[in-house]
Amino acid sequence: MTSASGAAATAAASVPDRRGRFGPFGGRYVPETLVAALDRLQAGIDRYLASEDFQAEFRSELATWVGRPTALTHALTLSRRWGADVWLKREDLAHTGAHKINNAIGQTLLAKRLGAKRIIAETGAGQHGVASAAAAARVGLPCTVYMGAVDVERQAPNVGRMKLLGATVVPVTSGDATLRVAIDEALRDWVADPEGTYYSIGSAVGPHPYPYLVRELQSVIGREARAQMLERTGALPDAAFACVGGGSNAIGLFHPFLEDAGVRLVGIEAGGRGQGLGDNAASLTYGTPGVLQGSYTLILQDEHGQVRETHSVSAGLDYSGVGPEHAYLLRTGRVAYEAASDAEALDALVECARYEGILPAIETAHAFAGARRYAASHPGARILIGCSGRGDKDMPILQRTVLEGLA
Amino acid sequence: MSVAPHEAVSAAIAAARKGGRTALVGFLTAGFPRRERFRDDLAAVAAAADVVEVGVPFSDPMADGTTIQRASFAALANGVTLPWILGEVAAVTATGGAPILLMSYLNPLLAYGLERLPRAAAAAGIAGFIVPDLPFEERAELKAALDREGLALVQMVTPVTPRERLERLCADARGFVYAVTMTGTTGKAAAVPDDVLAYMDRVRAAARVPVCAGFGIRSREQVDRFAGHVDGVVVGSALVEVLERGEDPRAFLASLR
Repeated sequence: MTSASGAAATAAASVPDRRGRFGPFGGRYVPETLVAALDRLQAGIDRYLASEDFQAEFRSELATWVGRPTALTHALTLSRRWGADVWLKREDLAHTGAHKINNAIGQTLLAKRLGAKRIIAETGAGQHGVASAAAAARVGLPCTVYMGAVDVERQAPNVGRMKLLGATVVPVTSGDATLRVAIDEALRDWVADPEGTYYSIGSAVGPHPYPYLVRELQSVIGREARAQMLERTGALPDAAFACVGGGSNAIGLFHPFLEDAGVRLVGIEAGGRGQGLGDNAASLTYGTPGVLQGSYTLILQDEHGQVRETHSVSAGLDYSGVGPEHAYLLRTGRVAYEAASDAEALDALVECARYEGILPAIETAHAFAGARRYAASHPGARILIGCSGRGDKDMPILQRTVLEGLA
Repeated sequence: MSVAPHEAVSAAIAAARKGGRTALVGFLTAGFPRRERFRDDLAAVAAAADVVEVGVPFSDPMADGTTIQRASFAALANGVTLPWILGEVAAVTATGGAPILLMSYLNPLLAYGLERLPRAAAAAGIAGFIVPDLPFEERAELKAALDREGLALVQMVTPVTPRERLERLCADARGFVYAVTMTGTTGKAAAVPDDVLAYMDRVRAAARVPVCAGFGIRSREQVDRFAGHVDGVVVGSALVEVLERGEDPRAFLASLR
């Protein structure tokens, strides 16, 4: 590692500033109606997030309801097949089946302290929707989840789970009927009742202070993984991989490693079916700067600033933007970002299932695909993969894709 | 000495008030319902309204209700872009009529380039901008760019804007202050309770430029309720629906007076 990346590592640990800027990225681009609500949220974060009372309840819920710490699994067969030393941070073992629950329970506990009367959330793959529904049920608040109609169809098992957990699921039919329009619709709901409603955003995206708040709540992933790696192997990993849609599991895994200049951090985006606009959801790889849904970040847009529809086999990565901190970490060079295609991800999913007995989410499988590529050129490397979620929810699409091929 | 574009906006509203009327600010989405009719639609609205807002369609209109969402998506499907809008507006402003503002989310403006936007807009006869996802704290760069051409950056305030903030926002406003009538998106008709009128009175006391109420204004009854509490009203979704049905916007705007 060069001294320049060491400086980047130090700078990266101190953002955002008070205006929510990660370098040039981030900020707060919202209708005036939401400014006071975001100010209240910021005040709530200042007052509660670091308080012993909040942290004690958050830690207790993580330990006794979510099931943390999650395991660190030595992937013995993948290690042998790849010629590397592969470790998996098992967020798929967290309650409701993905890392999303860390953020959902944290924000819902915060919402209760802020006096919210209801929780709203958006969801792509359905994991944040399920996590929000579960957290709202746990805390005792009503919950409404906005979900693109296409995602309602391709993640049907999760829709049923949300309903059983007491949430109202609202399908959104505008645009490409996936995650982006679900966020637009959740924002409209919030604009209608900025004082009584708490918007529990599901990724490290949106207006300040959400990218900061979500990072803080998800950083438990990287803190645990870092300590577990040191305990189990006596060393930090050479490289860590996480998939990136909005980027909450990636920032949660990466943030505690930012100052470890010797750890290569790599985010893997959805490369979809190709490099063309509309063929992928890789905003960091192919996007340009712009403002989407509250923050200045890298987005997939046309020359006129119209945000374009995306494609990915994984609903959870199928998003035109990305958290502003990732845009910043790309620019500083502290984190590298690459894309893995639909086919590579599905192939990696099958390999992990077949040889480790773990069925990862299709989102998560992108991180495996990136790690496998890295292992091929770095024999013997110690690799940490954020196993962000489990693939049970993906059975309908796996049935239509890989299972038909296996039949 | 020529009048700056932002002053022309304030003056057009003040002139209506002087004539004993509540000013009408008419909104239409550029290129909706039909791209080839836009010039005629715009000229008709500019002849009947005191100020015109032209909506630049955007893929993610998060502050808009169903009507303007539908209009935006259809206009984009019709191939409407900001450069095309500037050309069409220039053709209409050349023949006079009410001052024209562009209502645009920030991203299409960023894509056009904040450096070249003000001159191109001024050359097209545009008097200013309304940017619904650009709060006061983030507006410095666009404001400085528009100031160079004397263009307005219309400030929005809402019923949930805290009092001290409201005063800061109003003190710095140009063109007019856009007082949003309710918490919510555009288009949904709403009653006008007394507390909304009291809020409008507070806005007017704080503002040094005219105040126009907007969101959900569809009827003569609502306009009459606001009379005396604001200088003008913005009519958006209802006017877009009139155009969508192929009806005469002049007759509709006249019915609100």
